Amino acid sequence: MIKGTPVLELRGITRRFGPVQALRGADFILREGSVHALLGENGAGKTTLMHIAFGMLAPEPGGVIRVGGREVQVRSPRDARALGIGMVHQHFTSVGAMTVGENIALATGRLGRRAGASGTVLTRLREGLDDRDVVETLSVSLRQRLEIVKALEAGAGILLLDEPTAVLAPAEIEELLTLIQRFAAEGGAVVLITHKLDEVFAAADHVTVLRHGAVTLDAPLVGQSHTTLAAAMLGRATGIVRRPGRATARTTEDPVIRFEDATIRPIAHRGPGLQGVNLAVRPGELVGIAAVEGNGQRELMLGLAGLLPLATGRREAQEPVVLVPEDRTTEALIPGFTLTENVVLGSGPAAPWTRGWRIDWAEARRRTATLLTAHDVRAPGPETEARQLSGGNQQKLVLARALESRPSVLLVENPTRGLDLAATAAVHDRLRQASADGIAVVVYSSDLDEVLALGCDRLLVVCRGLVAELPPQTPRAAVGDAMLRGVTPA
Amino acid sequence: MDEVLLAGFLASAVRVSTPLLLAALGETLAERGGVINLGIEGAMLAGALGATLGATAGGLWFGALGAAAAGLLMAAVFAVVAIGMRADQIITGTAITLASVGLTGVVYREVYGTAGAGLSLPTFPVLPIPGLAALPVVGEGFFSQPAPTYLAWLLVPVTWWALYRTRWGLALRASGESHEAALAAGVRVRGLRVAATLIGGMLAGLAGGTLVLAQVGTFTEEMTAGRGYIAIAIVVLGRWHPVWVLGASLLFGGATAMQFLLQAMGLDVPYQLFLMLPYGLALLALAGGMGRARAPGELGR
Amino acid sequence: MTAGVLRERLLVSAAALGLGAVGLALVLLVLGQDPAAAFRALWNGAFGSWYAMTSATLVRATPLIVLGLGFSLALRAGALNIGMEGQFLVGAIAATWAGLQFGQAAGPLAVPIVFAAALIAGALWVTIPVLLKVRFGVLEVISTLLLNFVAESLVSLMVQGPLQEVKGVYPQSDLVPAATRLPVLPGTRLHLGFVLAILLAFALHATYSRTAWGFRLKAVGASPQAAWISGRIASARMFSVALLLSGALAGLGGGLEISGVTYALFQNLSPGYGFTAIAVALLARGHPLGIILTGLLFGALEAGAGAMQREAGIPAVAVAIVQAAIIVVVLLADVVARRRAALEVLPEPEEQAA
Repeated sequence: MIKGTPVLELRGITRRFGPVQALRGADFILREGSVHALLGENGAGKTTLMHIAFGMLAPEPGGVIRVGGREVQVRSPRDARALGIGMVHQHFTSVGAMTVGENIALATGRLGRRAGASGTVLTRLREGLDDRDVVETLSVSLRQRLEIVKALEAGAGILLLDEPTAVLAPAEIEELLTLIQRFAAEGGAVVLITHKLDEVFAAADHVTVLRHGAVTLDAPLVGQSHTTLAAAMLGRATGIVRRPGRATARTTEDPVIRFEDATIRPIAHRGPGLQGVNLAVRPGELVGIAAVEGNGQRELMLGLAGLLPLATGRREAQEPVVLVPEDRTTEALIPGFTLTENVVLGSGPAAPWTRGWRIDWAEARRRTATLLTAHDVRAPGPETEARQLSGGNQQKLVLARALESRPSVLLVENPTRGLDLAATAAVHDRLRQASADGIAVVVYSSDLDEVLALGCDRLLVVCRGLVAELPPQTPRAAVGDAMLRGVTPA
Repeated sequence: MDEVLLAGFLASAVRVSTPLLLAALGETLAERGGVINLGIEGAMLAGALGATLGATAGGLWFGALGAAAAGLLMAAVFAVVAIGMRADQIITGTAITLASVGLTGVVYREVYGTAGAGLSLPTFPVLPIPGLAALPVVGEGFFSQPAPTYLAWLLVPVTWWALYRTRWGLALRASGESHEAALAAGVRVRGLRVAATLIGGMLAGLAGGTLVLAQVGTFTEEMTAGRGYIAIAIVVLGRWHPVWVLGASLLFGGATAMQFLLQAMGLDVPYQLFLMLPYGLALLALAGGMGRARAPGELGR
Repeated sequence: MTAGVLRERLLVSAAALGLGAVGLALVLLVLGQDPAAAFRALWNGAFGSWYAMTSATLVRATPLIVLGLGFSLALRAGALNIGMEGQFLVGAIAATWAGLQFGQAAGPLAVPIVFAAALIAGALWVTIPVLLKVRFGVLEVISTLLLNFVAESLVSLMVQGPLQEVKGVYPQSDLVPAATRLPVLPGTRLHLGFVLAILLAFALHATYSRTAWGFRLKAVGASPQAAWISGRIASARMFSVALLLSGALAGLGGGLEISGVTYALFQNLSPGYGFTAIAVALLARGHPLGIILTGLLFGALEAGAGAMQREAGIPAVAVAIVQAAIIVVVLLADVVARRRAALEVLPEPEEQAA
């Protein structure tokens, strides 16, 4: 592997957020022509480091940034752009209500017609993007492309990509990685932030691993293996195990939740909704749902929870059916409420502190304190506000609250989004335990690997509003194919 | 219908709509940037007093300057609190209007005495456009107006151009739709919002000045009587687009003028019904009676 | 609420009031007036005598407390009811109509009938914004605001039309029958409505702090999405009910004014109670018992304003400056508190271990 001259150097970067030390003197050198993977667990400091390179955050004194060998101050994204740095964020940063052309103009600062496409990668990326299209009508993968197009149109030679594959289907990921490699081959340089080892091996030529804000590995990819990278990420040798599905589901008992020909209109008129789905889940079954975002899985989960009306069809369920929604801070919890209040919020009308119309808050506080201890939620006490908890502890609280109401059915969306590996393992264990205790557990994750790693009894794929069942041992590639191409209903 | 009557109706509709249009164009800019400023009612009132003070001191154009400056000042306070400190925009706007009611009342009585009446200021003369002003029916209404009316009309294409044909407008609209996306594009969101709010305040001030210097010729306490709030309704009815905003303000002007027209025609309908009519129209417009419109995504946040 | 938080809020409220007074004093100084004389007149008008206290301050505090409670009820569910002025007026119209219509015949039921009419009218008036919000997503701020002006015209229409006095001279209604009037403390103008306002505040306080409904209201206001998904609360319905009740309370305020104070409907019945009540509720941070105190404070300001105008020659609207300053100070204090709270995230578990 021939490596060019350094185009972006970050030296001794330190950054603290309140009590959290996000970066501890991290060094990072990106070279011309390189696809450089920046690997690490959630919270390791990857995004913070790149936000500093992109001028969104300031490094603390002592940190040095060099672009093209020259020391520079990057005070804003505008500065970064002028230095030829472009960034694609985890969340789309296009304005949905405006057109593709307007969004590109916003990014480049140039109005009117643009010069002809300058490179082949740009030409390829622009396929399917019409300047007049309104962005919010585009598919997820086109919106992703637009993000990259904006950076390149603005003249970026250095591309910082923050987990660009999180929202894409397997085939789309492959295509994106190919384009990134081609961009590097044409003289660009790419930082690929990810926590997926497969992507590193598929696309990168150099890897830097961050752990707790410090660099634990910086080396050419050649000579690295899953084991060495995982060790650098986790601080110990850990193999990622795919658990086999259990063949011991209690298939004889009657289903505790059932959809018959259920049709649900799409939420906010976006996407396919749910179109005539039949599904039954029995006690103790662990059901995994794989789907690319926006294919109707949201309607499926909310519909099973009884939160959305059915346009046609029937829902039969043995209550309580409890949902653990995907977004902890906007759906599962109210950040400004105390833990007690949040437990009361999610515990239904039959809770032990209910006295007719009244709520016995003293009783609720006592129960919440017990709950915190029993489920290892680390918090000073039940009167702590929920926003003060770490993501892992918030999720533990939400799960504890759900299990405490003795559900027949537990529905879980993206249970470990934003959690580190230790917290992820704890959440997965708890879900398996719940199913072993006889609860019907339905888990949706946008991360196919998470669905597979859970070791589900049953595997469902949702695509374009339809649900199909695959054997739990279906190879990863075949599941990915079903997610993308569609399936025949079960 | 009588041609004279109709011409009179048009003339009074246009006259009523002028301050509304000025204030609404300014508010369009602010709202396109994601800022809803209920304080423009206060800015308008301050503008009316500013115009009175300015005109007393140095004549008509000085009055216009005073109006713009007073409106700007009110908007600046709003900008510091609601944009700089990110306090609730609605409540801040309400407070600014309250402050303006108090301040204008105190200052006016202090400067012009407790009676206050009898004050008579010079007003902008009518500037007939040669040729066009002589047209039947429409001539008087559209082409025989004082300078502020022409200024307001001129500002319609200017606002449109600024919003849709400049980088500033593009960045402003992005700020109004998605704070996050605009920031990521390197837009200085707060700066743009402050700028749009200040322009909005200045135009609201001029709108108040127009009331004094082109219509009434005097100041009375709380003389804007909710016109600033109507301007906000006009922005909604005009779908946050300058050209539609022009149409919406003419509609509001027309609804008010209808009251005089029907009285002149001798129809015995309670005049209060016509006073209610514009508000009813605005509510109807909000309900989608004039075609659905979508507010800027960040409005009020 | 912990003692620390309570102390801090009292401090902020006191600071807000102080700054409001300083703001007014500055304006008066700049204009060459004597602030001391102004404040003396203000104080005398509000607390200078038993009569001033009961018949001016407490009488004016009554609608402010009732409307302040109404604003806080809507705000708790996340709704901004800027239309209380209009709801107050239609409440007054309905109370006058009901009083004139049924007052003689209804006997002991006269007052309840009048109040019911006022409550219903206020709720009906806010139904339009509720429907617009639920069906079309129209910001309730704009729709409630616009309806204030319609209500003003409606009062004008009524006192020159259907409800005009029989003599037909002045644009005002006849006096409502004695049976519909509230009892008055002898020797003063203080009516029973004041006691009712206090009881209402205590009832709402108990509802907010003890009942499941009160908790649901707060959850919807804090996060409609979380309330729906995790709390299975019909957020839109809760929001609507809160706004309707808020409108009903504002309507009741209008009814109290008719049966307790004016006994008749006329134009300019409200000196902006609906807007002042926003400041009353904000200064108390929506706390019902706090609203009693801030309502009294603002009632005193309004009562003193008249005296200030008579005795010191300073227009009564000047107190609007104080009110505006109070709102701004409270808003800014909230901003500061929010920013400080944002820094109080507990360290991650690993960090604690390290």
